[in-house]
Amino acid sequence: MTAKLSAKNLTLIRGESCLFQGLEFALNPGELLLLDGPNGSGKTSLMRAIAGMLSLETGEIFWNDVPVDGQRQEFHGSLVWLAHRTGLKGDLTLVENLRFEGSLRRQANTDPEVIYERLGITRLKRLALRSLSAGQQRRVALARMLMANVPLWLMDEPFTNLDREGRQLVMDLTQEHLARGGMSVMAAHQDVELDSPIVRVHL
Amino acid sequence: MDSSNLQQPGIFAGLVAIIRRDLLLAWKRPGDVLNPLFFFAMVCTLFPLAVGPSAEQLTFSGPGVLWVAALLSTLLSLNSLFMSDYEDGSLDQMLVSPQPLPVLALGKTIAHWIISGLPLVLISPLLAMTYRMPTAVMGILMLTLLLGTIALSLLGSIGAALTVGLHRGTALLSLLILPLAMPILLLGANTVSLAAGNDVYGTGIWALGAYAIASISLAPYATAAALRISNE
Repeated sequence: MTAKLSAKNLTLIRGESCLFQGLEFALNPGELLLLDGPNGSGKTSLMRAIAGMLSLETGEIFWNDVPVDGQRQEFHGSLVWLAHRTGLKGDLTLVENLRFEGSLRRQANTDPEVIYERLGITRLKRLALRSLSAGQQRRVALARMLMANVPLWLMDEPFTNLDREGRQLVMDLTQEHLARGGMSVMAAHQDVELDSPIVRVHL
Repeated sequence: MDSSNLQQPGIFAGLVAIIRRDLLLAWKRPGDVLNPLFFFAMVCTLFPLAVGPSAEQLTFSGPGVLWVAALLSTLLSLNSLFMSDYEDGSLDQMLVSPQPLPVLALGKTIAHWIISGLPLVLISPLLAMTYRMPTAVMGILMLTLLLGTIALSLLGSIGAALTVGLHRGTALLSLLILPLAMPILLLGANTVSLAAGNDVYGTGIWALGAYAIASISLAPYATAAALRISNE
């Protein structure tokens, strides 16, 4: 895998405040990009910018050294985004939600049951997502991320609503993903300890 | 990543998936689906009660009333097209999906039409009976409504996409869409009136068809662009 994510000279102005200026980073396979900073410092905005949903004042994001703007579809096929809002339908069950996602993205070869088991959501399969707790819904969003076979994980505050065991699980999953040569961009308040190299961006 | 990747699903798979998901959602919340249909049925049945049972008057006003009710009922249902997706974050997921956004927007609009436009077309003959419409003209009414609701759903999806980020965008959506929807209303109502008066009505149907085809080919791109703008 030769995928590499980099950014040059990013500037973002929201309203009258400049969230970041001249920001640069480079991320190689097996590395984690950790965004930290106080609330409202632009972590989510930067992540949205990386995903191509936000136009920047200056600067460009590169995927394989090619600007993302010119290959949006291909870039989107290489990433999965764990957003603050899960993006799952409350009226549908876990399986119905994930089946829909599966028709949009390249899927991993893993048996879904193994993923459900690992995330502890096997017995929730038949319930409408609306009736699950916030933490359980987050676990379903994690399942979507695991089922997608993509090199880049964008994780916006992945620890929100999770119990201690769930937070450890997110760490373990990220570690495994990086060890396989994947990449991850994570915005988090809590300290992250991994064996893999961590590129820190302070906003 | 392991080399045993499955392929990226094709565009058609994505289109079918989003139509199926939205139909499934509608199935689980039938109230949202039936509301616009009730509105349509109510306006169409209340009107004759209000203006009186004079056969001449009903035959004269029937096509217009049916068409205005259909237009308003479609506008009513369009407001919610992207609303729930916006609120639960699915819209963001659609924006970063490897599937082209116009395809997903088209899928959502098709599902919306199946849910709100098609039932309207199907019950229209029943309501047309209230206006003493001859059976042959009912066929014309259904055909114009079929083409008209397709065009309206697609045009409306542009407006719904533009107003999705605003709270209470209902009035704005109607204002945005009405000028574009006027030709559909005029063509539809007049074609049915002409058919009822045993006049030549073919032109209107061709024009409606052209309008529907133009909407199918252009609206998804406009909707996709509007979704990107309103989600910045």
